[in-house]
Amino acid sequence: MSLRRYAVRRLAIGAVQVLAVVTVVFLLVQALPGDAAVALAGDNPDPRRIGEIRAAMGLDRPALDRFGSWLWGLAHGDLGVSLVSGRPVVAFLLDGLGPTLVLAVLALVLLVPLSVLLGVVAALREGGVVDRITTAITVGLHSIPEFALAVVLIALFGVHLRWLPPTAVGADLLAQPAVLVLPLVVLLARPVCSISRLVRAGMIDALASDHVRHARRLGIGAQRIRFAHALPNALAPAVQQVARTTDWLLGGVIVVEAVFVVPGLGTILVDAVAARDLPVVQGLAVVFAVTTVLVNLVADLIGFRLAPRSVAIA
Amino acid sequence: MHTRRHFLGLTAGLSLAALAGCGTTGAAPAASAPKAGGRLRAAFAGGGAKEVLDPHLANLFVEAARSKALFDKLADLGPDVSAQPRLAERWEPDATLTRWRITLRQAAFHDGRPVRAEDVLASYARILDPNRAFRAKSSLALVDLANSRAVDERTVEFALERPFIEFPNALAAFGAYIVPAGAEDFAAPVGSGPFRFVSFEPGKSVLLKKNPDYWEGAPHLDELEFVIANEESARANALLGGQVQYAHDLTPTTARSHTGSDRMAIHRSPNSAVQAFAMKLDRPPFDDRDLREAMFLLADRPQLVESVLAGSGQVANDLFGKGYQYYADDIPQRARDLDKAKFLIRKAGAEGLTVKLDTSTAAAGMVEAATVFADQAKGSGLTIEVVTGNKDSYWADTLKNGSLSSFRSGAMPIETHIAQRLLSDAGTNVTKWSRPEFDDLYRRAVSTVDGAERGGLYAEMQRSLHAEGGYLMWGFADWIVGASPNVGGISTAPANTLDWARFDKVWLG
Repeated sequence: MSLRRYAVRRLAIGAVQVLAVVTVVFLLVQALPGDAAVALAGDNPDPRRIGEIRAAMGLDRPALDRFGSWLWGLAHGDLGVSLVSGRPVVAFLLDGLGPTLVLAVLALVLLVPLSVLLGVVAALREGGVVDRITTAITVGLHSIPEFALAVVLIALFGVHLRWLPPTAVGADLLAQPAVLVLPLVVLLARPVCSISRLVRAGMIDALASDHVRHARRLGIGAQRIRFAHALPNALAPAVQQVARTTDWLLGGVIVVEAVFVVPGLGTILVDAVAARDLPVVQGLAVVFAVTTVLVNLVADLIGFRLAPRSVAIA
Repeated sequence: MHTRRHFLGLTAGLSLAALAGCGTTGAAPAASAPKAGGRLRAAFAGGGAKEVLDPHLANLFVEAARSKALFDKLADLGPDVSAQPRLAERWEPDATLTRWRITLRQAAFHDGRPVRAEDVLASYARILDPNRAFRAKSSLALVDLANSRAVDERTVEFALERPFIEFPNALAAFGAYIVPAGAEDFAAPVGSGPFRFVSFEPGKSVLLKKNPDYWEGAPHLDELEFVIANEESARANALLGGQVQYAHDLTPTTARSHTGSDRMAIHRSPNSAVQAFAMKLDRPPFDDRDLREAMFLLADRPQLVESVLAGSGQVANDLFGKGYQYYADDIPQRARDLDKAKFLIRKAGAEGLTVKLDTSTAAAGMVEAATVFADQAKGSGLTIEVVTGNKDSYWADTLKNGSLSSFRSGAMPIETHIAQRLLSDAGTNVTKWSRPEFDDLYRRAVSTVDGAERGGLYAEMQRSLHAEGGYLMWGFADWIVGASPNVGGISTAPANTLDWARFDKVWLG
């Protein structure tokens, strides 16, 4: 099968997957206790008022009917409006996408070179001092959950030493880049560890592989063997992990957004679920599902380019 | 009003632990005399991108604070939670208490138009629209709009469907703001309040500037910015890091560890939120008066206040509204009496019974209080089993289901508390207290002109609630706000009242 036909087929499967995700999300939110009217009424749950809110929101229509008209809208590129505020769902997504994209793109721009460099250096000095130190640090860092690292960094660098702003509250992220430093460190900590470990392992395997040994016998220079022959093969497994990380970052890392007050997609999701604002939750589900499908497709294609044999195209 | 749950409750504690080693000591310098100018940034928990600036839709604390900065009500609640005139200069009922003549103050909207009787009627008509569900609707439901009229530009005459001496409480109801007649688009709201609208980014910030022509005098601040930080730890950190000068709704733990700090001044508003357990009277086991009394006697209130509120509060006496107008201060304070409780449990035939206590994280401290209370009941013969439910639907769930649940409430007049929760036909009667003679006392109280006589009727209602009611009210929590030490003019009036979040009275020293 050609690469192009493969891509088209994957996209078709992806569309089905998105539809499935959206349906499951709809059913799950329906299964949660309470609806948007109950959530909005809050500590003033007068049944009369809940009934009025429900009617005003159109929640008195059957669930299937609402889902059907939402799907019909989706087919026309219309994600509907928020039950609670009446704002278009697209406006919510655009609000949240900005901060999430800024964090995700910057994290990836730093992540890939940093982890490849660390992995390669460790592999070339396998068992040496540098390798042992990076291994100890990366394994250690990897075991710290994001929120714990965030809390410690904020307390130390944000509050005690006052070197960096402790939160991004009310800030324009690009105009005040200092607010991005601590969130980026937290976002990078674990992926750098896992990806550099994968690159290291891949590099060690590649350097010991038949074709590299063959290249050595042919008298090709050491640098060229390392970077033109061994490295591409070493990167193939790491690409899958980068894809997973990208997907994680584009979903809006809820913990990091909450602790640092970055109003991205994760925050919007938490608020929308708490408010049972179904159209917003479904809109986010579409975005997350589409991102996952696309990121994984791109990763497979890159992996195929890097090391054609390592990806089984069925 | 919603209190946002802190879903990362752990982070606050960890952050404090990390800070404990580097805390500074020394008292905060007192803010200087009032000074004009500057921008104050205030951090509140928010509702995300679904937030609105329509004051009639206000639901969250941040929406209430913003509405108050941009708009006025005819009345608002004073320090004793009784109605004080605001846009209304004065009010006079007729002898039947069913017609109220309200004289408006000379005030203007931000676009220069005067606030007229017509605007008041249009605002109330909008709130009462049968096709909508605004929060103030139930409070204003007794207004007979068809028979109310504008006497002249600055005089409104309201017709009521029944005699109601506490009508000013309705004028002060949550969300009963006066907007210009015909206003429907609140993208750039125009009100009569102390601040004018500049810009709004939902879920992130609202910027306002001072209204130099405000009827009560211009604010000290030039600009006021509301920013959203849902996590309590983030609000505290933003304040400590100098990113905001006011952090709303901090936990007692944060307050305790920063008392005396030179980076954060703690402001406590006593009697802001009552903490309670609600027993349902219409079903077993708490349809038995003896068992309810046993529960009252099982609670170790000082221990609950110390452990759950970290000392930021006072014990309660199973009655709502300590320090508020009409509060029955003369009823003796209940204390724990395990022996008598055991006796009453045996007498009620409830020995060996296990009762489920429904709770959730819908409000801060509820789960903790339920756990402590369950512990206090050990050895009494009655077992309390704590069940944690879903926070988003908690209030609606516990209104219908179960027999015992955690409860909390913000400030409101005692009359409103009774009308909403303790009459036979009340919309949120969680204890299912339904007594014709009590309903009758209430009706007499709200149609009694003489203040002393009315006070006597409120006292009688409270005596019967104290003796036989379903609310085990164990504490009044302080409302806690953190501010930079150079911020002056922060009032300690209960949350939800006029002087709470009153940024036109605040200055940067």
